[in-house]
Amino acid sequence: MDKRILQKYPPNAENLLFALHDIQDAEKENYLSEEDLKNIADYFNLPLSKVMGVATFYSMYSLKPRGKFIIRICESAPCHVAGALNVINEFINVLGLEKVGETTKDKLFTVETSACLGVCGVAPACMINDVVYGNLTKDKIKQIVDDLRAKGGSNV
Amino acid sequence: MNSTIPVIVDGKKVEVPNGSTIIQAAEYAGIEIPRLCYYKDLTPTGNCGVCIVEVKGQKGFKRSCTTPVTPNMEIITRSAEIINARKTVVELILANHPDDCLTCIKSGDCELQALSQQLGIDREKIDKVLTKKPIDDSSLSIVREPEKCILCGRCLRACQDIQTVFAIEAMGRGFNTEITTPSGSMAESVCINCGQCISVCPTGALHEKLEIDEVWAALNNPDKVVIVQEAPAIRVSLAEEFDLPPGTNLVGKMYNALKMLGFDYVFDTNFTADLTIMEEGSEFIERLHENGPYPLITSCSPGWIKFMETFYPDLTECISTCKSPQQMFGALSKTYFAKMYNIDPAKIVTVSIMPCTAKKFEARRPEMRSSGFADVDYVLTTREFIKMVKQVGINIAAIDDAQPNDLMGSYSGAATIFGTTGGVMEAALRTAYELVTGKALDSCDIKEARGFEGVKEFTIDVEGTTLSCAVAHGLGNARKVLDKVKEAKEKGKPSPYHFIEIMACPGGCVGGGGQPYGSTLERRLERAKGLYDEDGGMKIRKSHENPEIKKIYEDFLEKPLGHKSHELLHTHYIKRDALL
Amino acid sequence: MFRTHALFVIDQNTIDAGAYAVKYELEKEITNASLQNEIKVSETGSINLIGKGVIILVFPDSVLYTNVTVNDVKEIVNEHFLKGRPVKRLVLSESFDIPNITISPAVETTKKQQRIVLERAGVINPESIDEYIATMGYEAAGKAITTMKPDEVVDIVKKSGLRGRGGAGFPTGLKWSFTSPLPGEKYVVCNADEGEPGTFKDRLILEGDPHKLIEGMLICGYAIGAIMGYVYIRGEYNLSIKRLQKAIDDARAYGLLGKNIFDTNFSFDIEIRKGAGAYVCGEETALIESMEGKRGHPRVKPPFPGQVGFRNKPTIVNNVETLSNVPNILLKGADWYRSFGTKNAPGTKVYTILGKVNHPGLIEVPMGITLRQIINEYAGGMCAGSVFKAAQIGGSAGALISEKMLDTPLDYDSLGQWAAVLGSGAILILDQKTEIPDFLRSVMKFFEHESCGKCSPCRIGTKILFDKSMELYKRKLKKQEWEEMLNIANTMEKTSFCPLGQSLILPISSADKYFKEELENYFL
Ligand SMILES: Cc1cc2nc3c(=O)[nH]c(=O)nc-3n(C[C@H](O)[C@H](O)[C@H](O)COP(=O)(O)O)c2cc1C
Ligand code: SF4
Ligand code: SF4
Ligand code: SF4
Ligand code: SF4
Ligand code: SF4
Ligand code: SF4
Ligand code: SF4
Ligand code: FES
Ligand code: FES
Ligand code: FES
Repeated sequence: MDKRILQKYPPNAENLLFALHDIQDAEKENYLSEEDLKNIADYFNLPLSKVMGVATFYSMYSLKPRGKFIIRICESAPCHVAGALNVINEFINVLGLEKVGETTKDKLFTVETSACLGVCGVAPACMINDVVYGNLTKDKIKQIVDDLRAKGGSNV
Repeated sequence: MNSTIPVIVDGKKVEVPNGSTIIQAAEYAGIEIPRLCYYKDLTPTGNCGVCIVEVKGQKGFKRSCTTPVTPNMEIITRSAEIINARKTVVELILANHPDDCLTCIKSGDCELQALSQQLGIDREKIDKVLTKKPIDDSSLSIVREPEKCILCGRCLRACQDIQTVFAIEAMGRGFNTEITTPSGSMAESVCINCGQCISVCPTGALHEKLEIDEVWAALNNPDKVVIVQEAPAIRVSLAEEFDLPPGTNLVGKMYNALKMLGFDYVFDTNFTADLTIMEEGSEFIERLHENGPYPLITSCSPGWIKFMETFYPDLTECISTCKSPQQMFGALSKTYFAKMYNIDPAKIVTVSIMPCTAKKFEARRPEMRSSGFADVDYVLTTREFIKMVKQVGINIAAIDDAQPNDLMGSYSGAATIFGTTGGVMEAALRTAYELVTGKALDSCDIKEARGFEGVKEFTIDVEGTTLSCAVAHGLGNARKVLDKVKEAKEKGKPSPYHFIEIMACPGGCVGGGGQPYGSTLERRLERAKGLYDEDGGMKIRKSHENPEIKKIYEDFLEKPLGHKSHELLHTHYIKRDALL
Repeated sequence: MFRTHALFVIDQNTIDAGAYAVKYELEKEITNASLQNEIKVSETGSINLIGKGVIILVFPDSVLYTNVTVNDVKEIVNEHFLKGRPVKRLVLSESFDIPNITISPAVETTKKQQRIVLERAGVINPESIDEYIATMGYEAAGKAITTMKPDEVVDIVKKSGLRGRGGAGFPTGLKWSFTSPLPGEKYVVCNADEGEPGTFKDRLILEGDPHKLIEGMLICGYAIGAIMGYVYIRGEYNLSIKRLQKAIDDARAYGLLGKNIFDTNFSFDIEIRKGAGAYVCGEETALIESMEGKRGHPRVKPPFPGQVGFRNKPTIVNNVETLSNVPNILLKGADWYRSFGTKNAPGTKVYTILGKVNHPGLIEVPMGITLRQIINEYAGGMCAGSVFKAAQIGGSAGALISEKMLDTPLDYDSLGQWAAVLGSGAILILDQKTEIPDFLRSVMKFFEHESCGKCSPCRIGTKILFDKSMELYKRKLKKQEWEEMLNIANTMEKTSFCPLGQSLILPISSADKYFKEELENYFL
């Protein structure tokens, strides 16, 4: 882990959420490792239990390794009535996974579900890393996965 | 501002202290509002939702444990709606709770069980939603049964707010929340084994690791000589469990009960408490002569010792090298006692009855084998001892007094006050003052060291040298003192204190994590009073005047801090990982 | 001076549709045609047209292009920019006027919105402080800080009748007036956590006109005597964070944030705090805990944040929309503001309308118009083949309302008679194809997922209600178990620690009240 990322923030607990975001983003497998958490606790002079308590509370953090692309599919009511379940199934199918939460063998994709992403205007929607994809259809999902696979393959 | 304000509880007008919460105010009207997460000495969190009441003119229900009263507030504590809501809340909690009462360690003492009874819940109305969560019995002291946890948060208040250890925390969110350590194992954590979390846990989710079966096995084994020691705080913590006034000193009956249980020799940890004073007092005198290093910090609380090793390893050189009285006793039981009674030490089983869960951990530290054996074999908490007594139906209140066996059973008043905060300090000063000055203190009572103030600071004049002393109990309070020492050290300044006593548990051992449940500060004070009363009434009130102490130096140890002492009575400390 | 401005609507949706690629292409073609000194390409925030691909607004021609692709760019440049002939097939409208952009000009029946909060969204470049200032931006703050006493500012806001737009509807001026007299360090926190399903108004305000929020916070800070402001934005709102950060930096560079603002001795600055995925952190005390780097558990109240808040200092927490109303109130006065909306709910409200209507999206209209009006006059009516069945108002914790309530005015009080709440202003329209049990299970899933776990009733109740609603959907629930669900939800309303657990009674009890017949068909 690159400790310089932490030095961006004064060692004040108020910056903990930022630090967890940044460290997770810097990890190749998009998660917070045990070592990360210990380094963060050490830097912020917080008990490890507090850091873990926070890291396990917020849904954007993961303590398990994940793929390069994290597909967070919204399943809140507006997306649900617009067909979110089909979207979930389609992503799982296209990626050859068994269930939500899994990562593809090539470590490119992890499928997660999420509460409303605030882009309900284009329901059903998902976010893949920082990017929103809306009005999802079968074809669009396939296209998205193909594009990302092409992109992911090139620089992993 | 008025110091009391009027409120109306179920139509009854009462004057209550300003700043009271509704739950407290109701008590003045003779009403104990049902509750589950509230605990008198802890910051209320409002987690359970059981204590709800109505306030006239306000919408919805209010949590009585977190809502402060206002003048002329009209509180309704019972209505059909309130009672139904309370019942449903408890039914929800029970839906997420195993029906294990028959085999649960907490049965009979469990607040959830009692509440269910109190509210008249007589059938399972809501289908169970349980998740399998394995029991964590990795720790030598503390067992966690997460399925029984109702997430009241009391343990967190104890571990985080009072002890500032932060071994445990709520992890995960919502229904998946679990109170656990970062690694998921208590053994691999910064837990200092103090058991304060257990003291406040309303259910069987946290309890000590039981050693009762092992002790029964030893007692029933004819090849073993089983000897027992009891910590000072035990004698004043039994009465409350046998319908006698809390704090009553039952030392004689305690000895008798132990004999009735079948212990071959009954001694007393108070004997080694006096011995600790001889050794630690001599350490202090040595530092006085050599003008430091200061401060000297007491070492008899194993919870505190692990805390120091984890969070203040830089202060190691300040810590007295004396083992705790329990461990001194253990080491002597398989050397001195074995020799004097001519018993093969391999046959000796040493049991201690302690107010403390950390003592279980301490007894198994690898350093604690200076007799060539495990110095102490089994450690029972006060609660375990009471369970054994009740198992065989002994009614302590009704039995006669007995005497301990000779050799390691006599003690001074100084030893008995070890069991409460400030006691070690007071005991040590009684002896050190006299050994240094050759004169007795004007009065044995050092009032400044007594009471439950978090940090007690005072000075005492010893032959023209003004010694600064500090007494802290509860590790949050200890931090305040230690941080001052640390800061002075870092700045190269002289230590602000010469002598510091630290006890891990609030109130000291009378408030230990192994003591009977319901151990509020008020209860702890009652127990402490029992100890001070005993001390005040004793003829011998200074450790160096205890005849058995004189004898052990003559017959066996030769002199304080001598070669044998170092071998058997002193120890060393290690540095531990604070990021666990 | 440029003769023509081409404004790209940049929001999460248009980015998804490829807005940046089209913009790049357009800039290239404009340069190729040597028009770079005549046509200015810039970005603007969302105008709430949703599902219409890449959107370009052309001024002063008032042409609105939608669904523009890279392949269309050449034609636009050649035909429109060179020859002055808009490309008809891409034009949605040639007749919208500024600043009151109608939701969908293509629909004849569409009424004009009343835009106060969103007056600049889609009109100016949200990344340009100059454009904000050129449209009277920061005048309200200037007026307040240089000519008014803090008390006077609080007073105007009080008189305006502005009520919190974050859900609870608490009178904003009153809230400020409790904190304003307290001594010492104080803070303003803007609640931009926006996690309520179906709500994205705050995002569009942040993306479309971030300076307006800054100005609102500045005025609030002055009024209550705060030393610092924080905006707590949900972690997913990347574009909002980016734009707001730029706006803060620019405002600081212009001396509008920082020390001695407008050469007075008032100093104030703003920082962003980022959430990490927890709906409950929208609750103001959980939000404060989160800002302090903790788990988002709500705090015991009282004390309220206005007395003991962030860093245990008095703190005003207000929603993005609430604060964005403040500059106009200061500039135009309380009476002006009261000329919109109803007596008890003055002003406008930004709604997000979703589901089976022709034009889902965002509208800003006066308080008190009815749901029927919103559907028919602003959202283009029900989709073809869809018949109105139910609406959920106020997000997932909102009540389901049935057809007979379509003419209830939407404001804080009127909805009360149906035991419904306005909440965040999300409106989800369900048609005859939606099964109420299917809908309910999704709502319960949300609560089960978002319960913070602090209190027993909600932690266990949400889990049981979710499990049981799944059974209902699978037709495995007995009627008596449904009654038990109601009892649990009722108990949660009375005994949960915070409004999250307290409010889930609404969807359940309203389903019971208004859709019982359908439920009966599902019982075992
Ligand atoms: C579970 C829960 C979620 C909430 N989410 C939000 C939110 O996303 N945004 C918001 O402004 N207020 C939210 N609120 C309301 C806030 O607690 C608070 O009332 C509001 O920020 C006050 O601002 P206002 O007076 O300007 O509305 C939420 C409340 C609860 C109980
Ligand atoms: S914790 Fe209490 S209620 Fe639970 S099984 Fe044990 S005794 Fe019974
Ligand atoms: S309370 Fe009585 S009946 Fe119930 S389980 Fe215990 S012993 Fe059996
Ligand atoms: S035993 Fe003490 S240190 Fe360990 S978890 Fe309990 S309270 Fe914390
Ligand atoms: S372990 Fe005990 S004290 Fe801690 S939260 Fe669970 S039930 Fe409460
Ligand atoms: S009081 Fe505590 S430290 Fe003292 S002898 Fe007893 S157990 Fe040991
Ligand atoms: S204060 Fe006493 S009971 Fe507590 S840890 Fe120390 S020795 Fe044990
Ligand atoms: S009601 Fe739910 S969200 Fe609110 S405190 Fe309780 S568990 Fe947390
Ligand atoms: S409901 Fe899916 S993004 Fe809001
Ligand atoms: S005792 Fe008050 S909420 Fe638990
Ligand atoms: S049991 Fe000895 S200090 Fe507590």
